[in-house]
Amino acid sequence: MSIKIDGLTHTYNPGSPFETHALKNVTMEIESGEFIGLIGHTGSGKSTLIQHLNGLLKATSGSIWINSVEITKPGVKLKDIRKKVGLVFQYPEYQLFEETIEKDIAFGPTNLGLKEEEVRQRVKEAMEMVKLPYDELKDRSPFDLSGGQRRRVAIAGVLAMQPDILILDEPTASLDPRGRDEILEQIKLLHQQKKMTVILVSHSMEDIGRLVNRIIVMHQGTIAFSGTPREIFSQAEELESIGLGVPQISHLMKAMNRNGCQLPEDVFTVEEAKTIIMDYLRGKHHA
Amino acid sequence: MLKDITIGQHYPTGSVVHRLDPRTKIIGTFVFMAGLFMVKNFEAYFVVVTLLIVTIKASKVPFRYVLKGLKPLMVLIMVTFLINLFMTRGDVFFALGPVTMTWEGLRQGIFMALRLMFLIVGTSMLTLTTSPITLTDGIEQLLNPLKKIHVPAHELAMMMTIALRFIPTLLEETDKIMKAQMARGADFESGNLINRAQSLVPLLVPLFISSFRRADDLAMAMEARCYRGGENRTRMKALQWHRMDVVVLLLVLGYLGIMIWMRVR
Ligand SMILES: Nc1ncnc2c1ncn2[C@@H]1O[C@H](COP(=O)(O)OP(=O)(O)OP(=O)(O)O)[C@@H](O)[C@H]1O
Ligand SMILES: [Mg+2]
Repeated sequence: MSIKIDGLTHTYNPGSPFETHALKNVTMEIESGEFIGLIGHTGSGKSTLIQHLNGLLKATSGSIWINSVEITKPGVKLKDIRKKVGLVFQYPEYQLFEETIEKDIAFGPTNLGLKEEEVRQRVKEAMEMVKLPYDELKDRSPFDLSGGQRRRVAIAGVLAMQPDILILDEPTASLDPRGRDEILEQIKLLHQQKKMTVILVSHSMEDIGRLVNRIIVMHQGTIAFSGTPREIFSQAEELESIGLGVPQISHLMKAMNRNGCQLPEDVFTVEEAKTIIMDYLRGKHHA
Repeated sequence: MLKDITIGQHYPTGSVVHRLDPRTKIIGTFVFMAGLFMVKNFEAYFVVVTLLIVTIKASKVPFRYVLKGLKPLMVLIMVTFLINLFMTRGDVFFALGPVTMTWEGLRQGIFMALRLMFLIVGTSMLTLTTSPITLTDGIEQLLNPLKKIHVPAHELAMMMTIALRFIPTLLEETDKIMKAQMARGADFESGNLINRAQSLVPLLVPLFISSFRRADDLAMAMEARCYRGGENRTRMKALQWHRMDVVVLLLVLGYLGIMIWMRVR
């Protein structure tokens, strides 16, 4: 499923003293099957942008196409769009409400009008995807779980709708490193195996650099840069000028070069850096 | 969705009206209401309208924005108008079976609808020009004499401050949860009454839970900062009367005088 955005503008509270221009003339395209990382400083308009993609927010001007359907036109069935575009909100654990975990995850698929058997199957699959044991947890209350587990239930609630496009707004905020890695790993698998188009909003350069095909950088309601992680992180100064940075490991490589090593600087995962540094050191030994 | 609710909202412009002492504005509003309820004929409404227009102009709040506050209460105003129109006895000018409209009813209906509108606009000027914190400060100060007869003025004011402080937060939260459930296919807008009531469960449960959590957090945070109620509590910004307050209070008294005179004339 591809996404095309043309001249999208969004103004909150127009005509009042609280008027905010959250998006200004945003134009971009996302191909089917891409894994996009959306980054930007706090308040740059990331959450506003993604809420347009399933019609939760109405554009002040501009248009959006999801697979050649223009969803910004009046009279579009938003329910059909929301079936295809799954959106996991920031801190989704606060939207849970059912007595049991199974019922809560089933809320989305039931709203789609699926049969009971199909719903149960989907709930089971979704729980497996986020590593929650179905038989053990299905009848427990979601409110008995830890924050991290609740987050997984909420993500499963969207996955159970089996969207073609999955959008996650900072899914790992305030999780421990282990929980974070597990969830990100799972998202990566969904992208690879189910060929989902994924948009991941995150503040972590490390996570994004490691996972995505393309990074879109937002700044004050506009798109500042767009490109592969390699292209983006090679512009360290520009990134820093808008309050973002490059992964820590890139800093390390730079610092080593300043001290006389000759290492490539466009490295942004620890594993990659490890191999390069090890090779470099070995090479030096032999020389 | 919920953005249209402007009652109780603060609209900062830094105007003369905004800078008045909250006590002046509270007293002024009450006097305004008292005067409004004394009105017997349309002529007196000219005084009321003039006062409102002058206040709005001086406050630099756009007219359109003030009038927006009437929108959610339009139903109430309409009902008031219709009840008066149909229920007042007098010269019938329209009849359809048992339904009759009278000239007196028309006059009374317009009269009451206007009164309600002036009341809403007048009181919303208080909240539009006064931040919730200053407003409750003013109320606490005005209630202070009642402490002698054990009215918990400070506690009441604190409760109001907190309630007012959390209205926008709750609206924001409602908006967020609503959107999150809509993303999961929830439908809050269509269906019959029972369906709609049922569709509120996914909204209300998370909302209640988060309100309790917030209340808990707030209580904890206040206690952690040694909040012990009103006893011996001083404030950073003590309220002070200025010359402008005296002028305004005199003007308000003048308005009350005119209203009384027009009533007994
Ligand atoms: N419901 C709202 N009403 C009014 N203004 C809003 C609302 N939501 C966001 N804004 C404003 O729009 C701008 C963009 O906000 P947005 O939430 O899209 O930022 P973000 O990039 O998601 O930030 P963060 O990284 O903090 O989540 C901000 O200036 C914010 O104050
Ligand atoms: Mg956000």
